[in-house]
Amino acid sequence: MIKKAFFGFGKPKLRYSIVGNYEKESLEDIPLPSIAYLSVRDTFERVDELAIRLGDRVRTGQKLKLTVKSLHPFVSPVTGTIKSMLPQTRYSGEPSTSVAIEVMEDVWDEEFRMTAKTPSTRVVQDFLGSLPGQLELGSLLGLQPPLKTFVINGMDQDLLVTTNQIALKMGADHFRRGAEILKSIGGAERILLLVSSELAPEVQNSGLEVRVMDPAYPSMLPRLVMKSVFSKEVPAGKECETMGVGFINAEAVVSLGKAFAQFQVPVHKLFTVIRKNGSLVHGRARIGTPVKDVLLALQIGTAHGDGVVLGGPMTGRALLSDETPVLYDTDAVMVQDREEIVRSSDTHCVNCGECVRACPAHIPVNMLIRFLENGMWEDAVNRYDLLSCVECGLCSYVCPARIPLFQHIMLGKHEFARTKRMEEAHA
Amino acid sequence: MLDQRLYTVSHPPYWHNGTSITAKSYHIMLAALPAVVMGIWQYGIPALRVLAFSVSWAMIWEYLLNRIMKRSVSIGDGNAAVVGLLLGMLLPATTPWYAVIVGTFVAMLIGKHMYGGIGCNPLNPSLVALAILLLSWKALLDFDVALRNYELGFAMTYPLTVMKYFGPKAASEYSLWGMFLGRQSGAIGATFGLGLVIGGLYLILRGFIRWEISGSFLAGVFLTAFFFNLGDPEKYGAPLFHLVTGYTLISAFFLATEDSSSPVNTLPMVIYGLGGGALTVLIRNVGSFVDGAVFAILLMNIANPLLDKIRPRALGKGIEHA
Repeated sequence: MIKKAFFGFGKPKLRYSIVGNYEKESLEDIPLPSIAYLSVRDTFERVDELAIRLGDRVRTGQKLKLTVKSLHPFVSPVTGTIKSMLPQTRYSGEPSTSVAIEVMEDVWDEEFRMTAKTPSTRVVQDFLGSLPGQLELGSLLGLQPPLKTFVINGMDQDLLVTTNQIALKMGADHFRRGAEILKSIGGAERILLLVSSELAPEVQNSGLEVRVMDPAYPSMLPRLVMKSVFSKEVPAGKECETMGVGFINAEAVVSLGKAFAQFQVPVHKLFTVIRKNGSLVHGRARIGTPVKDVLLALQIGTAHGDGVVLGGPMTGRALLSDETPVLYDTDAVMVQDREEIVRSSDTHCVNCGECVRACPAHIPVNMLIRFLENGMWEDAVNRYDLLSCVECGLCSYVCPARIPLFQHIMLGKHEFARTKRMEEAHA
Repeated sequence: MLDQRLYTVSHPPYWHNGTSITAKSYHIMLAALPAVVMGIWQYGIPALRVLAFSVSWAMIWEYLLNRIMKRSVSIGDGNAAVVGLLLGMLLPATTPWYAVIVGTFVAMLIGKHMYGGIGCNPLNPSLVALAILLLSWKALLDFDVALRNYELGFAMTYPLTVMKYFGPKAASEYSLWGMFLGRQSGAIGATFGLGLVIGGLYLILRGFIRWEISGSFLAGVFLTAFFFNLGDPEKYGAPLFHLVTGYTLISAFFLATEDSSSPVNTLPMVIYGLGGGALTVLIRNVGSFVDGAVFAILLMNIANPLLDKIRPRALGKGIEHA
């Protein structure tokens, strides 16, 4: 954990981890799990709607649908028998289904091999809608009107995490191929690659427009990239896609290139594991591998009360159970000792202004929190810029009163969106 | 189920930079020590008595008010001790026990808990208490009366009184450097300028207080006094005199910088400090009080919410879809 410097009256100086001379040997392959879990975007109400059933055999790379009418196909990353299908709520509150598959030895499905001779948006959306590195590549490519610009993130979005950089470095050839495919099927006028100065010489011949970024946290968050690279501000409450810019992780581009080079749907996810002592190790696991199996394979012990987080220290999501799987967007697994977990408090804001100085979006967090604590979402949005938040977590990081500011902000955004949806439904 | 391992779930971020309100309070008290020790050394046991009484009663009132108002006991955050210590530092060494008890009660109830406790006070609690004591027992806080029995080897008349009623000529017997080193009569913790500056610089460098507020407060005092002095040097004191006398330095580093009652944005901090400094000298030179720092800061405290409306535009705010 990075503490405040002894002398310090400016902003926190957190920096992204940068990959220098990376040794390939330190990549640990996690063995196939006995049960893999998938998170599928659809829900079902009646059993007769289902397109897959308990006990069905599925093959690796096989295109599946949860229900007959489903619009969201998914690909099985393993071969095995479907063991359970349970309703699940995602972090954002979106209902989904957790599908458990009892894993057997790999048998590859042939459909992708047959159709993947020529890359097309259709093939990508059918088989590669979710790619290791990007949960929603399919919907990004399917936007109407098509995106004008793609930004490939060759760095990572959270501290300590170096997954994208490793993927880019290890899969330079696949990356080049992936970028070409993206160019040909994406319809974008411009593709921009953001890298650290250390990695810049290696991507010179990628044929892409390369931009070297300052590794000061949180410069890699999409809204801040829009400001620093394109000198455009995304209107509060709107997404970068509405400005015609799509953000893609370098790992997803590598996966894309790999898919069409090997004629196999990529099913392995690369991730950074952050141990209790802060040391890093990189792992590669089959999509759907429970975190439990990852920790077991890496011999990382956990105890009751410890924290296990999917993602990095500033924006990751804490897990209640280690049955949670590694999915397409799991860039990191962080284990935190129970003694190290930050306890928040219910103290009032003391108005010291640390959060205001740390906020990259210039939000008056000291005022905002007073409205959020009282559930005044409308005022928080209209008067104190709730929707300008870029979700970096620096406000909570610096708060001496240890108010869970970031949590209040996310709750406020969620509740505001919910009331707005309800108002629209009843209008 | 009993042996099941459950993980602690919380919201990101999972890191914290390690600061806390408690640490901040203790560092403020640590920074105040040079001035406090000098005060005790000069005025002896009576000064220690006032300080100890003030700190302990502030904490006792905090605890009792927490209990009466059915809030969680917040005595551990050190804020009550800071308020008590600062109030003690602003009083003369001869302050009677009942004035200290009433003062700390006012600071804690009217200054802090009436509004909801730490962070909710619109005014600096120590200054609210001092202002009410000043208005209630004027003689107790008149340093010329209070310290009449002390003989410390330098002029025991209060420099600001001399300046106000006898003019710069009479006040020229004081050496500026001597006063900066504590050779002047006054409150227990407010006379040792060098100690206050060292403490203040420590707090600024460690990031516990903002240099914008301290710097602009001192600039406000200096500039206003400079222009008064320029207009009529026979009547108004030199700017440096105003910087080292009265409550100026303790205000700049310990009172005006109180978190809850001061702004957080850069320009508002500068306006707040300049305004506080200017009002201090205005009250000293034109007003009816000998020292203006107390009411100057309280007035700027009131202006704080309005000042803090001057803020940078948030990212993506007020932009229509391009």
